Amino acid sequence: MKNDPNYMSGAEIFFECLKRENVEYIFGYPGGAVLKIYEHLYDVDFLKHILVRHEQGAVHAAEGYAKASGKVGVVLVTSGPGATNTVTGIADAYMDSVPIVVFTGQVSSHLIGNDAFQEADIIGITRPITKHNFLVRDVKELAPIIKKAFYIASTGRPGPVVVDLPKDVINSKCIFKYPDEVEIRGYKPTYKGNSNQIKKAAEVISKAKRPLLYVGGGVIMSGSSEELKIFARENNLPVTMTLQGLGAFPGTDPLSLGMLGMHGTYWANRAVDNCDVLVSLGARFDDRVTGKVETFCTKAYKIHVDIDPTAIDKNVVVDLPIVGDVKHVLAELAAEMNNPPDTFEWLKQIEEWKNECPLEYEKNDGRLRSEFVIEKIFEKTNGDAVVVTDVGQHQMWTAQHYRYNHPRSNITSGGLGTMGFSLPASIGAAFAVKDRPVISISGDGGFQMNIQELTTAVYNKLPIKIFILNNSFLGMVRQWQELFHKEKYSFTDLGSSNPDFVKVGQAFGIESYSTDNPNEVDSLLDKVMKINDRPTLIEFKVVKEDMVFPMIPSGASISDMMVKRLNPKRMI
Amino acid sequence: MKKHTISILVENHFGAFDRVATMFSGKGFNIRSISIGETEIEEISRMTIVTEGDDKIIDQIVKQLNRLIDTIKVVDLTSTPHIERELALIKVNVPKGTMEEIKNINDIFRGNIVDITGRSMTLEITGPPDKIDAAINLLSNFGIKEIARSGIVALKRGEQIKIKKEKNLTT
Repeated sequence: MKNDPNYMSGAEIFFECLKRENVEYIFGYPGGAVLKIYEHLYDVDFLKHILVRHEQGAVHAAEGYAKASGKVGVVLVTSGPGATNTVTGIADAYMDSVPIVVFTGQVSSHLIGNDAFQEADIIGITRPITKHNFLVRDVKELAPIIKKAFYIASTGRPGPVVVDLPKDVINSKCIFKYPDEVEIRGYKPTYKGNSNQIKKAAEVISKAKRPLLYVGGGVIMSGSSEELKIFARENNLPVTMTLQGLGAFPGTDPLSLGMLGMHGTYWANRAVDNCDVLVSLGARFDDRVTGKVETFCTKAYKIHVDIDPTAIDKNVVVDLPIVGDVKHVLAELAAEMNNPPDTFEWLKQIEEWKNECPLEYEKNDGRLRSEFVIEKIFEKTNGDAVVVTDVGQHQMWTAQHYRYNHPRSNITSGGLGTMGFSLPASIGAAFAVKDRPVISISGDGGFQMNIQELTTAVYNKLPIKIFILNNSFLGMVRQWQELFHKEKYSFTDLGSSNPDFVKVGQAFGIESYSTDNPNEVDSLLDKVMKINDRPTLIEFKVVKEDMVFPMIPSGASISDMMVKRLNPKRMI
Repeated sequence: MKKHTISILVENHFGAFDRVATMFSGKGFNIRSISIGETEIEEISRMTIVTEGDDKIIDQIVKQLNRLIDTIKVVDLTSTPHIERELALIKVNVPKGTMEEIKNINDIFRGNIVDITGRSMTLEITGPPDKIDAAINLLSNFGIKEIARSGIVALKRGEQIKIKKEKNLTT
């Protein structure tokens, strides 16, 4: 047995498996429990290990890579604190259905449960925030488990999988054989939708007077943007998208209504409120979309296409559920559509709403505003860039004003709302995307939450454009304080304690600029867009007190939408 | 809110039980009783969970259970013909002169006396949960010292559900 060339240690098997899964990058951080793996990594040439500066950064980078490329992101960290530092990232990937596999080191099997040095029960900790997780208890199980981990992460509704690797398992040896196929009897995702249901959906849509497509991240994950484009255009169907759905349909297409929900456009929300058929494609009726469920989209016949049966009837009870892969279902649905519905009047009505209440902001007082900066970024990149946002006001403004033209271009933390997401996620995206600019937009608060990853960007010479929209506040929290908490700006004023972001950037070796002048935005953007061999940073000092509108307060109805400041009375 | 009895076949893996329990606690669903044991197939366990909720909640519970990778089959038995049994050990006081009476109750419920001391007796009673409730109710007149109930186990009547054997993929 020992002479068999396939007789290998767990560490060698680990890399053989990754090779067969075509892994290009690992985002990781070494430590005691994974030293054997790092020993072998030293001689591995088929993949590149990206050293992050904090394990949370590794997971967000893997997410950014996965979202931009459509492949599985891979993370490797040590036991104990290395593993627990990944928890926020894993929860983030779970909420947004991002396919990643996180390998965590673990203390030796005989020490598990002994409160050993750097021991944490990461399997127990991550159980509710992973699609599945594995503790490898025998080196013979390692290859089949890795095969299963990649399969589970990337199929069905994607999600994070954790594989916990005890030190003795990595060190012990067996004969390596990678399974050709995966057979998990408890896991059989449904890809093909029920044909009768699809036929019925086609009939309903054909007869609709005011149909609306409500598109979520599932369309991007399943790679069905092309199918969506054809379906919507051939049938003249207006399209509104969730935060994760942006990019699934070109934002510049006349049929695009932009985002719906809490900070969605006025016209998208009016369309939701007044449509007679709502077709949900790979979206989950999240509370930021529906507001008060009882008053959400009450006039419409609802069709819900989702690969995850639990998404159906979870938040909103629908009339026609179709469980299946959006790609399959859309193709079949398009083929079943004999007569496109007559939507001329409906589109005209939506156009009127658009004119009634466009996305507006003050342009004439000479002060720099986030919306202006984002519009400029949109202009410079024609909607073709990969824009990675953080969480808060700038995220909503980007969703409103950056009209993404391509899928896998909008990368943001939607479900969990993780501040500190943008910078590390943009690093992952920059490894996946070489032919388009990668832009990271953060607020001054979130930027400081994973600021250490500037080193990773610099070391790897990634041409990320790092933009900080600095309003000296935790802006979104401040907005809620102003609107709903008696203007008590409790601990949201960062202005007096913020660092000098230009000096911060320079300390990391990054060419950094700052401006509060709208007239300088063009030239600064031009300057950094030309730099393609290293990261650059611009701090935009924007107006402090701006708020994101429109806004439907949490748990309220579309009729409670606020469209302007200082006028919080009912607008519709 | 209606009670539902859900039968779940799970992989007899490390952690499979925890995944089910974590799902219930994480989603805020109630568990009235839970039991788990081996089945005719070595690597599969059967869990029987009694839970409660309206139709929407039960629908979610069944879907969420199905979504777990380690669950092989989930059936809500409530509306299909099925058998439910529970076992209870009831330690009851035996006041002077009541032993015959307690023995009679035990006989009526077809129980077994499994332990006896001067002042107490332990009865083993098996049956549908309402039968056990009735026995406990009657015995409470004598003073109950301790009760241990197994939780419900249940099976569908008629044909069994066939489970495919998983290919052994380990090297």
